[in-house]
Amino acid sequence: MLFREIFVTFLNFLRTFGAMWLFFLRLLGHTPSVLWKRFALVGYQVYNAGALSIVIIMVSALFVGGVLGLQAYSNLERFNAEDTTGIFAGFALIKEIGPVITALLFAGRAGTALASEIGLMKATDQLSAMEMMAVNPLRYVAVPRFLGGAISMPLLTAVFTTIGLLGAHLVAVELMGVDVGAYWQQLQSVLDPEDVHEGIIKSVVFGLIASLVAVWEGYNCVPTAEGVGRATTRTVVITAIAVLVFDFMITALIL
Amino acid sequence: MKLSENLIEVRDLDFSRGNRPIFKNLNLTIQRGKVTAVMGPSGTGKTTLLQLITRQLDPDAGTVIVDGVDIAPLNQYELYRLRQRFGVLFQNGALLTDMSVFENVAFPIREHTKLPDRLIRHVVLTKLHAVGLRGAADLMPSQLSGGMARRVALARAIAMDPDILIYDEPFVGLDPISMGVIVKLVDEINAALGITSIVVSHDVHDVAAVADYSYVIADGRVAASGTPEELSNTSSELVRQFMLGLPDGPVGFHYDAPDYDEQLLGRRGD
Repeated sequence: MLFREIFVTFLNFLRTFGAMWLFFLRLLGHTPSVLWKRFALVGYQVYNAGALSIVIIMVSALFVGGVLGLQAYSNLERFNAEDTTGIFAGFALIKEIGPVITALLFAGRAGTALASEIGLMKATDQLSAMEMMAVNPLRYVAVPRFLGGAISMPLLTAVFTTIGLLGAHLVAVELMGVDVGAYWQQLQSVLDPEDVHEGIIKSVVFGLIASLVAVWEGYNCVPTAEGVGRATTRTVVITAIAVLVFDFMITALIL
Repeated sequence: MKLSENLIEVRDLDFSRGNRPIFKNLNLTIQRGKVTAVMGPSGTGKTTLLQLITRQLDPDAGTVIVDGVDIAPLNQYELYRLRQRFGVLFQNGALLTDMSVFENVAFPIREHTKLPDRLIRHVVLTKLHAVGLRGAADLMPSQLSGGMARRVALARAIAMDPDILIYDEPFVGLDPISMGVIVKLVDEINAALGITSIVVSHDVHDVAAVADYSYVIADGRVAASGTPEELSNTSSELVRQFMLGLPDGPVGFHYDAPDYDEQLLGRRGD
C-alpha cells in the first residue's frame, strides 16, 4: 500500500515535471514574437519584477555583506590573515551567496506577486476572456512576465553582489580596520573571470527557474481563493528547493 | 448562396467532468439573428455548454457546428479566427483589471486591427455610448459597480462587431435598475446589430422578456424547448417546477444522501 502511494506520488511528480518542461518550451517558442511585437509589455515586467525588487535586494545585500565581513574578519584574524577578508567575502558573494539569496528573495518578492497576479486573472476569468477575444494569454500574460523575471534576476544578482561587497567593505575596512588596499587588491588578484562566470551562469539559471515556477503556478492554479493562495506558497517552496538543488548541481559540474 | 437558418448546431454532445457526466446526447440549434435562451437549474452545465460551443473545452463525443463548420478539427489559428466572430459577456465581466474602461474596450481592436488611435478612440466611445458609459471611459474596473462592469464588458464584447454574442448569466447579482438596463441592451443590441445572441440564465422571467426561443436543460439533456409562451404552457413537470420556481419536484430539494434515520440514529428506517 505504502509502496503504491510512493509510486503514484512519483508518477505525479514526473507528470508535473514533464508538463512544466513542455510549458517552458511553449514559453520559449513564443519568446521571439513577444520580444518583437510586445517589447513594451516585457519592459514593464522588468520594471515590475526587477526595479520594484531593488530596495529589498539592496537592504538584504548590505546586511549579508556586513555579516560576511564580520565572520570573515573574526575567523581570519585568528590566523593573522584578516587582509584576506576581501577574498573570502568576494568569493562567497560572487559564486554562491549572491545568486542564491537573490533568487530566494526574488521568489518571495516578485515570484509570489507574479503567481498571485496570474492566478487572480485566471480566477476572475480574465485569461478566458482573452482566449475568447482570440488573444493568446500565453503570449500576452505568461511570456512577458516570464521574460521580465528572467531578465531581472541576473541584474538583481549583480546589484546584490555589488552592495554585498560594499557591506563587507564597510564592516571589515571601516569598522574593523582592515587595510582598504589589501581588501580590494587581494580579491582582485585571486578572483578569475571563471569565478564571475559561475555567478553569472547561476543567476541566469535561477532566474529562469524562479520565473518559470511563478508563471507556471499562477497559470495552472485552481481558480479559487484557496487555489491562488496555494499557488503563491508553492511558488516560494518549489523555487527555494529547485534553486538549492540546481546550485549544488551547477557547482559540482563547474568544479 | 442562401445562408443556413441554423448558425450553431450542437449534435449528440457528450461531456463529463471526471466521473460526473454533464451532458448526455445533447442536441440543440441556435438560429441566426434570434435571441436564444439556455436555461436550467444551477449546476446543469450551462456555462460548460458555452465553453463547448466556443471550444474552450473539448467534448467527449458529438460535434459543434458553427456556421456550417465543425469546430473540433480547427487549429489554433483557425479557432482564433472563428472566435473573432464571437463576443462573450462573462458572468463577472472579466474586465482586465490593469487597464482603464477605455483601454478594456479598445483591447480587442488594438489586438486585431491596425486602426490609427484616432479611429480606435472613435469606435470605443461609440461602443461605450451604446451602453451608456461614455462618461466612465477613464475609470478603472475597480471603480465600477457590478452593473457598470457588466455594461463595460458588453461594450468590449461588441467592440469587434461580432456575429454571435454570448451572455453568461447576465442578470445575476444585479439590482432591478441595472437588470432592466441589461435586458434593454440585450434586446436593442440584437435588433440594431442584427446579430445572433445566446443568453444563458436561470432567471426565467427576465429571459422570457428577451428570448425568441428557449431551451431548458436538465439532467444533461434538453428537457424542453420552445418560445416563452410554449414553455409556460408545458405539461412537463420539470419545466413547470423550473418556470414556477417550486422548491421540490423532479429536481429534488435534497441532494442524494443516505437514509436520514440511518445516518442520524445508526438504524434502518421503518
